[in-house]
Amino acid sequence: MTVNFATEFTTSKGDKLSFNTGLFINNEFVEGAGTIDVINPTNGEKICAVQAAEEAQVNAAVDAADKAYREVWSKTSARERARLMHKLADLIDANVDEIAKIETLDNGKGIAFSKGYDIPEVSKTLRYFAGFADKLHGKVIETEGKLSYTRHEPIGVCGAIIPWNFPLMMAGWKLGPALCTGNVVVLKTSELTPLSALKLAELVKEAGFPPGVVNIITGYGHIAGEKLARHPKVGKVAFTGSTAVGRLVMKAAAETNLKKVTLELGGKSPNIIFDDADIDQAVAWAHKGVFFNHGQCCCAGTRIFVQEGIYDKFLERFKEYTSKTKVGDPFEQETFQGPQISQVQFDRIMGYIQAGKDEGATCFMGGNRLGNSGYFIEPTVFTDVKGSMKIMQEEIFGPVVAVSKFKDEADVIEKAHDTTYGLAAAVFTQNITRAVTVANKLEAGTVWVNCYNELDYNTPFGGFKQSGIGRENGEYALDNYLQIKAVKINVEL
Amino acid sequence: MVQPDLQTVRLSNGKEITVHTHLFINNEFVPGHGPLIETINPATEEVICSVHSADEQDVNAAVNAAATCFKDTWRKVAPAEKARLINKLADLMERDRDELAILDALDNGKAFTVARDVDITDSIACYRYFAGWADKIHGKTIDTTFDKMCYTRHEALGVVGAVIPWNYPTMMAAWKFAPALAAGNCIVMKTSEITPLPAYKFAALVKEAGFPAGVVNIITGYGHTTGNYLSGHPLVSKMAFTGSTATGRKVMESSSTSNLKKLQLELGGKSAQIVCADADLDQAAEWACGGIFNNHGQSCNAGSRILVHESVHDQFLELFIKHTKAMIKIGDPFEEDTFQGPQISKAQFDKILNYIEIGKKEGAVVSYGGKRWGNKGYYIEPTVFTNCHNQMRIMREEIFGPVVAIAKFKTIEEAIDIANDSDYGLAGSVYTTNLDTAITVTNEIKTGTMWVNCFDVFDQSTPFGGYKQSGFGKELGKYSLQEYTQVKVVKILRSSKI
Repeated sequence: MTVNFATEFTTSKGDKLSFNTGLFINNEFVEGAGTIDVINPTNGEKICAVQAAEEAQVNAAVDAADKAYREVWSKTSARERARLMHKLADLIDANVDEIAKIETLDNGKGIAFSKGYDIPEVSKTLRYFAGFADKLHGKVIETEGKLSYTRHEPIGVCGAIIPWNFPLMMAGWKLGPALCTGNVVVLKTSELTPLSALKLAELVKEAGFPPGVVNIITGYGHIAGEKLARHPKVGKVAFTGSTAVGRLVMKAAAETNLKKVTLELGGKSPNIIFDDADIDQAVAWAHKGVFFNHGQCCCAGTRIFVQEGIYDKFLERFKEYTSKTKVGDPFEQETFQGPQISQVQFDRIMGYIQAGKDEGATCFMGGNRLGNSGYFIEPTVFTDVKGSMKIMQEEIFGPVVAVSKFKDEADVIEKAHDTTYGLAAAVFTQNITRAVTVANKLEAGTVWVNCYNELDYNTPFGGFKQSGIGRENGEYALDNYLQIKAVKINVEL
Repeated sequence: MVQPDLQTVRLSNGKEITVHTHLFINNEFVPGHGPLIETINPATEEVICSVHSADEQDVNAAVNAAATCFKDTWRKVAPAEKARLINKLADLMERDRDELAILDALDNGKAFTVARDVDITDSIACYRYFAGWADKIHGKTIDTTFDKMCYTRHEALGVVGAVIPWNYPTMMAAWKFAPALAAGNCIVMKTSEITPLPAYKFAALVKEAGFPAGVVNIITGYGHTTGNYLSGHPLVSKMAFTGSTATGRKVMESSSTSNLKKLQLELGGKSAQIVCADADLDQAAEWACGGIFNNHGQSCNAGSRILVHESVHDQFLELFIKHTKAMIKIGDPFEEDTFQGPQISKAQFDKILNYIEIGKKEGAVVSYGGKRWGNKGYYIEPTVFTNCHNQMRIMREEIFGPVVAIAKFKTIEEAIDIANDSDYGLAGSVYTTNLDTAITVTNEIKTGTMWVNCFDVFDQSTPFGGYKQSGFGKELGKYSLQEYTQVKVVKILRSSKI
């Protein structure tokens, strides 16, 4: 019963937030196999407990989705799908204030970002994909003696496993393309940040989606996530998270029903600054590139390469700019950087900072915890680094950047590519030839020129190499949620 | 022990030909370090010759050759030049069509006329089709915010690994090489150790056409060794695999534990042919016959289940058997009128005969065939089971031989349910003269290809690939180019300051 899991929470600012802590299956909030405590990263205290899904609940969600697909959603017109998605987007916009506060409470990101970026991106993404619903075209292909055409059909039940760094935005990136192409979804959120998606669930029901089309469950990756990745009725799974878990998802698919798999994994993206760059712009973008979202971005520019000629000047201005970073209570409007997501991540990042020092890099600035409560870490900059160091090879996922010098284009390309990842990269230069040739050479799914972290819902996002498989956002994302059937009708006997 | 690359081989019609038996790496034939493997002539059960196989260091050498070539050479070759080379290769295959067909027929056992008129002809068409795409791989410009210029590039992956099966040796190679090359990749292909000979003749043509060294590398070896090294190689950006579902799983698992390389799998099938009461029954019977017995039933897309409306079942069966008798002439691959040659190997031969026994035990009735043919070579009679239902193993498991299972249905809805009641989803067909039936059935069946009033009709331009556990990814057509490219978006900020 819904009333059992409806909860209220009052923030430190006195805002009353309401959400439901059940599992959202078949348009109802239901009980799980147990509960998981949700922790406020600003002070380490418990916010509430949410219902947790294990095998039985995953099965129930998949069965509900499967039934909804076969009996209802596969017969729902594209126009109606689009209408519902627009309605959901409208409801998100109408409730942006409360949802943003829930996001900031659960994740710790600054309220300016959750209200000004994360939540609005969800409704923009939904509206963008809603517009595609009735524009999914197959082709008619000229062949001899036949009428041949292709149909681009939905897959059916799609599983989505999302991370904690942009909780609701990641949900939007999966729901948008999945729903507009006619699929039904079982979305497993991160057990660290379940709340905003549970708020979204209320809006899904209010918007009028038929029961079972969107199911949202909280659960541990190694329990609920694994069951979803292995489920025989799930035709496709989309995973965003660490490379290590991405491997397990692919393995799970290989061992069960060979479901289609797309992966958005880690990164160690190079930010390359040539000596003809606008230095002040480069400094500002480089700061955003690594410290945005407290460094908890798969595409963060965590290795900055500065050409020799401007290295010292860049470093000086970067230090000055970074020292002004407002780290603090995420509910304060001017806060840029809130706490890291959890004790585990905090310990991990501090561990990497120590590793940097142990391996002989210079901790140029930062390197310490901030305050005594919550998981706050100072923006940290390492210099005198070598490509082989842990802090240059492994994804830290925190406010830690390594800055080093390079000589020329050939030198920096080689250094930039010294990684198993290939998610993003950036180049700062005023020279068009250099901008285009370097962008062409870089092995990365997104290359920014004279900017960083500029994401749009209609440009593709995804990794080269071990940063993943498949593209999200833009028209390219549709391919992940459709399967192609060729029909060939003999017209000559 | 190293044997010379060129070996002389005798055909059953007395002719002698010369074959390459070394690995083709970096435009050279090299012996490699793996064990010698004997390749058997399935028509005579005798050894044709031995070939060298690739071990781990050979796989490394091939991958390194491809990687170096991509970095230093191939990615700088203009698309139009790539197209010219692929077309030149097609010209040379045209010139040597007969020799290529002889090798397919000798090593695989398919009829020489079929190899020449279908396999080699379609392979040449495939190369020409994809050559045309080489300079037409377009990215997009995408408007986002006014201050940015965003565009995508559809870039080559680099080194592509391909593992192909034995059922269409030259054609399966074409389906991988053609789109991979057109999209700008370098390739290491492992052929089946059962049919290694045809690809080496092709390799000689690759060199003659003028491809730079390292663009095309062809090796052979066992799946669990050579194939495994390739699937797990860190410098290979993508694996394209055609073969059994069981091995497909291993390829996917291998990717998950190595470098998460992109994957494309073309696996098994148990495709249903649906014959409706209003079908032109004689036409349906003729198409359905080819649908199962083409290539001796050794097709992933074989129409191995036939569902017939109860009102026309007996009439259809009579016509089906009539066409089977007329069409299927079993014989030596090099005889002019042979339609069906031997099955590929002793292992497959035993497996198929075992399924025939299983069918009988399950209560299906052998209405035609059911036995070995002759007493030399792996020949099996075209075999028709009737009185089947969809829970029988012969209706669910892929037999990969000239064995078809026929069942009845009462309503179209029932036929659709039976057809979809399978873990596979590769192909299927419906025979009907009614428009509504044709559209409904083709919409509802969950497979990658649906034929209407025909079967096994392939074109270079239409996509082919499975739903469900028949795999993922598309071969042929523009759709296949996506499998061999990766998308990069470049976002240039023009004027706005942070």
